Amino acid sequence: MSALTNIIGKEIRELLTPATFLPIIVMAIIFGSMGNTIGGIDEELEEAPIIALINNDNGEFSDIAESVFENNSEIIYNSTNIENKDIAIEKLKENDGVALIVIKEDFSEQISKGNISQMDVYWIMNGAGILDSISSSVVQNLIDYVNTNISKKLISSNESVNATNILNPTVKNETTYFKGKELIGLSPSEISSVLSSQSTFIPVIIMIIIIMAGQMVISSMALEKENKTLETLLTLPVRRTSIVAGKIIASAIIGLILALIYMIGLGYYMQSFQFGSEQVLSTFDLTLGGTDLLLIGASIFVTLIAALAFCMLLGTMAKNFKSAQTLTFPVVMLALIPMFITMFKDFDTLPFALKAVLFGIPFSHPMMAPRALIFDDYLMVISGIIYVAIFAVILIVIIVWVFKTDRLLTGSSNINKEKIMKKFFYKRPPRI
Amino acid sequence: MDSVVKVKNLTKKYGEKEAVRGISFEIKPGEIFGLIGPNGAGKTTSLRIISTLLTITSGSINVMGFDLEEKPEEVRKILSYLPEDAGAYKNLTGIRYLEFIANFFEANKKRSMIDRGIEIADLKERINDRVDTYSKGMQRRLLVGRALMTEPKLAILDEPTSGLDVINAQEIRNIIKNTTKEGTTVLLSSHNMLEVEYLCDRIALIDDGLIVERGKPKDLLLKYKAKNVEEVFSKVVK
Repeated sequence: MSALTNIIGKEIRELLTPATFLPIIVMAIIFGSMGNTIGGIDEELEEAPIIALINNDNGEFSDIAESVFENNSEIIYNSTNIENKDIAIEKLKENDGVALIVIKEDFSEQISKGNISQMDVYWIMNGAGILDSISSSVVQNLIDYVNTNISKKLISSNESVNATNILNPTVKNETTYFKGKELIGLSPSEISSVLSSQSTFIPVIIMIIIIMAGQMVISSMALEKENKTLETLLTLPVRRTSIVAGKIIASAIIGLILALIYMIGLGYYMQSFQFGSEQVLSTFDLTLGGTDLLLIGASIFVTLIAALAFCMLLGTMAKNFKSAQTLTFPVVMLALIPMFITMFKDFDTLPFALKAVLFGIPFSHPMMAPRALIFDDYLMVISGIIYVAIFAVILIVIIVWVFKTDRLLTGSSNINKEKIMKKFFYKRPPRI
Repeated sequence: MDSVVKVKNLTKKYGEKEAVRGISFEIKPGEIFGLIGPNGAGKTTSLRIISTLLTITSGSINVMGFDLEEKPEEVRKILSYLPEDAGAYKNLTGIRYLEFIANFFEANKKRSMIDRGIEIADLKERINDRVDTYSKGMQRRLLVGRALMTEPKLAILDEPTSGLDVINAQEIRNIIKNTTKEGTTVLLSSHNMLEVEYLCDRIALIDDGLIVERGKPKDLLLKYKAKNVEEVFSKVVK
């Protein structure tokens, strides 16, 4: 064996560890899943959307509209009476429908006169995530297709209508029902757009805080071991809980400072994409009040403590600084997964299994809290805070226990079962 | 009090492996007691257990009247442990490191502790430099200063002169010797048999987790007709 092959062999043996491959394998699986999800979007786009139709007009142009909807969607409720609007909306809600389209009685007449006609669209919106708006986009396209067909008819029949009206013979009056609110004049895409600040900005910030502060606490534990300072610290007259709390609080402070710096930069960046969204939010009472902000603060605080406790527990397993870098991987994953899910889907529109996973990951809760509070879902936020707080307390108890065992120094807890049994079940004889 | 440390039938298992197999010894006030043995004999494990770092598998340890398992917090108040390969926080200066340690003790003793630490470490103006600029010997002096500045009732020193040159090692030995005059009892382990002979009032020879011989160094030399402790050790282990 030459010197070169000898060195290559040694290097490969050193690099060929599970720690090197595991992150790449998991990332590959995640990208694969995301690819499947995007493939799923195509399928959803091809599916006929469920709608309800009230056609109060029997003219030729409303016939064009009706035939477009009949051929390209699944109409679960069809009526000619505008009085049946509420029944239609209930039917849609029961059947995961997308929209009720109401064609008024003078629809064809107005177009024939050269005017722009109106169509009322009542959207049933279930979620504000990117994937939640697919079906409404399909219906939106159908309405555009109705316009195109009416335009074609007008052009082919040589009607004396002005060019602008020929190109856009109808307009929509939109109302969206979302999480118990009736939002008049807003379409689902507009709502998704104004809520995107919450669905992208806040999850990204939470993820950054968790990862940055988490890395610090794991590295801190690893450095204590690598620099051989841990043994000295553990023999000083200081409570184990103080050591654990000290490390967690210090990392939380630095993590928050770093996040604040990051937030300022990202805030300016996001503002450039959200012109006027604040005004829309306040017009429709979609803003956060003082109590809401307090609850978000509480959610972020308990999550940060839980994240740091989790990282500290991982840090107790770190042998040195290098192994600490690998141990941050589960934290990054647990921060990325809820970030992506909350960006793409609303909690309410997720399948039950995914809901359970998302609720179970403590880092999800502050990411979901702002939107939940905008729509007055206090139960979700408060139960989330309680869950994460319990999670954090349990982790801290485990860490303090680990600090009292041999695990920190030897990698094994060496639990003396016999001694534990004796402590709890052996009763000392009474003193005489 | 007749003994500062009482160890009775101490055993320590790592999984199935028994690192310490039922050792017993006592250390009297003001004494320097040495645990001597080859690598892997169980010296460091025993010192780590007495320092409250590792748990006891069976047996008992009493330090200054406190049961180690029941009152580890009380034991930590009166002992000071210097591990063999200990380090200090690299981003701190020497003096800031001593201040950090002193902050864990009574506030009214803080200033005198730091002054004593500076004196023992004897790093002159380098005490104000960051630890990561220190040589191995300078760092060891700082750590010895840290361990003894609190005037502990019990100082547990694992290879206290490890990494030091002859002059520095000699100075540290003198400091350890003098510290017992101020009321500190010392339990130390060392590979350096000359050091052991010079420092220890009594020694225990430990091999494969068992104490195989104990006594005053001079008595052991006579008993085994040996020129030094190293020879005693060889004869006992054989």
